[in-house]
Amino acid sequence: MELRSILATDCGSTTTKAILIEKIDGEYRLKVRGEAPTTVEAPFEDVTKGVLNAVMEVEELSGRKLLEGEEIITPQNGDVGVDIYISTSSAGGGLQMMVAGVVKSMSGESAERAALGAGSIVMDVLASNDGRLPHEKIKRIRQLRPDMILLSGGIDGGTISHVVELAEILAAANPKPRLGQHYKLPVIYAGNEKAKDIIKETLGEITDLDIVENIRPVLERENLGPSRDKIHDLFMEHVMAQAPGYKKLMAWTDAPIMPTPGAVGSLIEMIAKEENITVVGVDIGGATTDIFSVFQGQFNRTVSANLGMSYSICNVLAETGLKNVLRWVPFDIDQKELTNRIGNKMIRPTTVPQSLEELIIEQAIAREALRLSFIQHKSFAVNLKGIQTERTISDAFEQSESGLSLVNMMELDLLVGSGGVLSHAPRRQQSAKMMIDAFLPEGITQLAVDSIFMMPQLGVLANIDKKELAKDARKAALEVFEKDCLIRLGTCLAPVGKAKPGQVVLTAEFVMPGGNIVRQEVKLGEMVVVEASYEPIKATLTPSKSMNIGAGKGEIIETTVYGGIVGIILDGRGRPMNLPDDPAQRIANLSDWSKAVNEYPDYKI
Amino acid sequence: MAHSYTPGLKVLHETKVKKERRLPLKGEVVVKKGDSVSPDDIVATTNLPGNVQMINVGNMLNVDPSDVSGVMKKNIGDSFNKDELLAETKGLFGLFKSSVKVPIDCTCESVSAITGQVVLREAPIPVEIDAYITGLVTEIIPEEGVEIETDAVFIQGIFGIGGESRGDVHIVSTARDEEITPDMITADLKGKIVVGGSFISLEAYQKALKVGLAGVVVGGFNYHDLEAILGYTLGVAITGSEDLVTSLIVTEGYGKIPMGHRTFDLLKEHHGKFASINGATQIRAGVIRPEIVIPLSKENLTNSHKGIDASEGISDGSLVRIIRAPYFGRMGIVRGLPAELQKMESETMVRVAAIEIDGEILHIPRSNLEMIETD
Repeated sequence: MELRSILATDCGSTTTKAILIEKIDGEYRLKVRGEAPTTVEAPFEDVTKGVLNAVMEVEELSGRKLLEGEEIITPQNGDVGVDIYISTSSAGGGLQMMVAGVVKSMSGESAERAALGAGSIVMDVLASNDGRLPHEKIKRIRQLRPDMILLSGGIDGGTISHVVELAEILAAANPKPRLGQHYKLPVIYAGNEKAKDIIKETLGEITDLDIVENIRPVLERENLGPSRDKIHDLFMEHVMAQAPGYKKLMAWTDAPIMPTPGAVGSLIEMIAKEENITVVGVDIGGATTDIFSVFQGQFNRTVSANLGMSYSICNVLAETGLKNVLRWVPFDIDQKELTNRIGNKMIRPTTVPQSLEELIIEQAIAREALRLSFIQHKSFAVNLKGIQTERTISDAFEQSESGLSLVNMMELDLLVGSGGVLSHAPRRQQSAKMMIDAFLPEGITQLAVDSIFMMPQLGVLANIDKKELAKDARKAALEVFEKDCLIRLGTCLAPVGKAKPGQVVLTAEFVMPGGNIVRQEVKLGEMVVVEASYEPIKATLTPSKSMNIGAGKGEIIETTVYGGIVGIILDGRGRPMNLPDDPAQRIANLSDWSKAVNEYPDYKI
Repeated sequence: MAHSYTPGLKVLHETKVKKERRLPLKGEVVVKKGDSVSPDDIVATTNLPGNVQMINVGNMLNVDPSDVSGVMKKNIGDSFNKDELLAETKGLFGLFKSSVKVPIDCTCESVSAITGQVVLREAPIPVEIDAYITGLVTEIIPEEGVEIETDAVFIQGIFGIGGESRGDVHIVSTARDEEITPDMITADLKGKIVVGGSFISLEAYQKALKVGLAGVVVGGFNYHDLEAILGYTLGVAITGSEDLVTSLIVTEGYGKIPMGHRTFDLLKEHHGKFASINGATQIRAGVIRPEIVIPLSKENLTNSHKGIDASEGISDGSLVRIIRAPYFGRMGIVRGLPAELQKMESETMVRVAAIEIDGEILHIPRSNLEMIETD
């Protein structure tokens, strides 16, 4: 069956977003989008009401009839209806899990990776060696009331006593699910195969137990797929089925509903694979910040549960400290006044910055939320721990070990931002600058934002596994992602190394699409922008002797770069980038960089 | 007429307040539909499963896990008193025995032949739920709880700490812009809910704790002072479980902000009346705001009820409060809701409302407005 039109929704905790994709002249494109408040909570308590409202907006904007009463018309018949309808969901707090593994840094981490990759929030990681006594673990399980538990531990054929002990702790806690008192808590066992029967005996009666392949069958290999798939199934069967209106929604969709972050992650993983690039994606929300990355072909996702821009804005302040926020603010402000303002944003999370001063403060906090989330991500996205590596004599001097971060900023090809503070910044330059300041990309890195956060819908589209639809659906997801989803901001060129103040650190020569040649130098401590649109531009990048732009110190690179709405940003501030301690000098530097990228209107604060 | 949905806080002089009182686990409801209850009356009870202790008898006695059941002194399901013998090895010819005693009064729940663990469970923990407000039991949720209804004054704050509390309302500030100072908090106010104007300092609140006030209701408080009270920096606004004698309800926000005049006047009108308050706040999906409930006696009813769920949004003439700088805390009347987006100083494009404040018209983003729902 040829796929001609697709309707997709993402039911977020506050807004339900709908998009309509149509195939026009052999190409899939976004036609329109609509949104409406999510209706999971009282007084509506039926998610489909918000879905219908969002679809109605799409109907009005596109002029295409999509609804017959309270039903979405499928398949398309002439100009009426759509071929398929699909959805993601993070409403009602998303999917909240607890995971358990025998060794915290081994099976515990693998279980955490599987849960995060499936789109869950991990409330806690229990492990035999986490330093807590059994009764403390039991108390914690009871307190948290997760939606589901993933239990792992032991390689296949190895010792079973530790993982059985964890199961006994779970049984003693007799955990109750978060939503409702009327069903058993889903538990997935993905540990040592040899312990299966005993686990069944221990947990089979009191929980809704599912057994899948071992997440770590041997020390050297993770097998996350079966656990992730099972989490998705259970999310549909148990968690979603308990949420108001979801049974109806599940009956409407042509593919299983996916947790929003799970869908985004799978899209990012697919893009990285298709284009053979390394990607970091970030979604900064009101309560949490999600980071996705693909390095060395390995996908990782982390959720910084309490780093966000409204509900948890005070936690950003608590974790980073006022000094770190203030270092990004180019004016003096009374500290007591500032903390009260941030507190007021937390208790009134839907407000927007009216004055420029408020905007600058909010974007300063966003830099710190992003920076802290990325630190967490880097420490989680690592090689498998606990593996003995064989070394030759030539490796003897290279102190490589297991558990090293996979994130290498010099290797990063594409950095994608989304979430209110990045997607809705009044100037795109602000989004680019926030991402550069927080992530400190090295070498050559393309920057983009997902302006209307379409990645969840495209992610679920790419994951349709009905045979007759899968190929077209995947094609549609990739085409719309490439053409309509991302707003290309430009490319950041950031040489790494040590230089003297005022010294030229990079000389770049660009052959612009019209044939015009632009030569630009950048000195240490400077930022310069070359205006260029999103087209291939031949570039010769010559770093100074002590600097590296990707090929090694002083090595010239000839490559193709892309501009964008902001352009090509030459960032000569060095890596690591240090802000001066002297307040006057710091304010002067911030103002210079801001002017260079045209970040803010002229201001007097 | 243009409308805009804007979240608001309720300041109602007379309404039907319904409160659901639910047990954390299934249990027994001890009142009947139609019963009239007082705040301290117990409406439902249950027993939470007792705490669990795990003892690895296999390791402690150095016996194989599969042999642990053979060295146990009693069976699964049996009770033990503290220090009673749990398990003992046979030893050699009755000598050199090793043993383990139970550390608590408990029952033996399970013995594992794989790990050698013995699970001991303490006695169940009784939990009781009280009525919290004076009113009538209007609904029974079998085995789970009740719904209680009352006619009352109902006021929501923006943020609070500390859980449920109750006492007589006592106004200490003469005006809504007057701060509560430590000298206003005197020993005779113990057990009362003290209402002030614009601000309470850390020093004054600490005195309130010392004196044993039931609660403080005030316009503003300093965010960074919370740390001194809670012992940690409040990162997300989820409160209510703090162990504080004096619940604090902030009606306007952080900083020095005069209490809204309707809130202040309404509380003043009920000086000396008994109230139930709850500082619990949850600002997430499913928002919970702190509240003040002052039950009204039959003779005080005017029967001008307004449904608590009524949220029609703002329209021309609505009374609103600005909830973000640069006009934070100011109140005004909506004089227009233009449909087109407008550019703010921050260059953000937003839908605005024209607000009249002291004869001047200001254009404020609609999302920076809070409706004051009055009746």
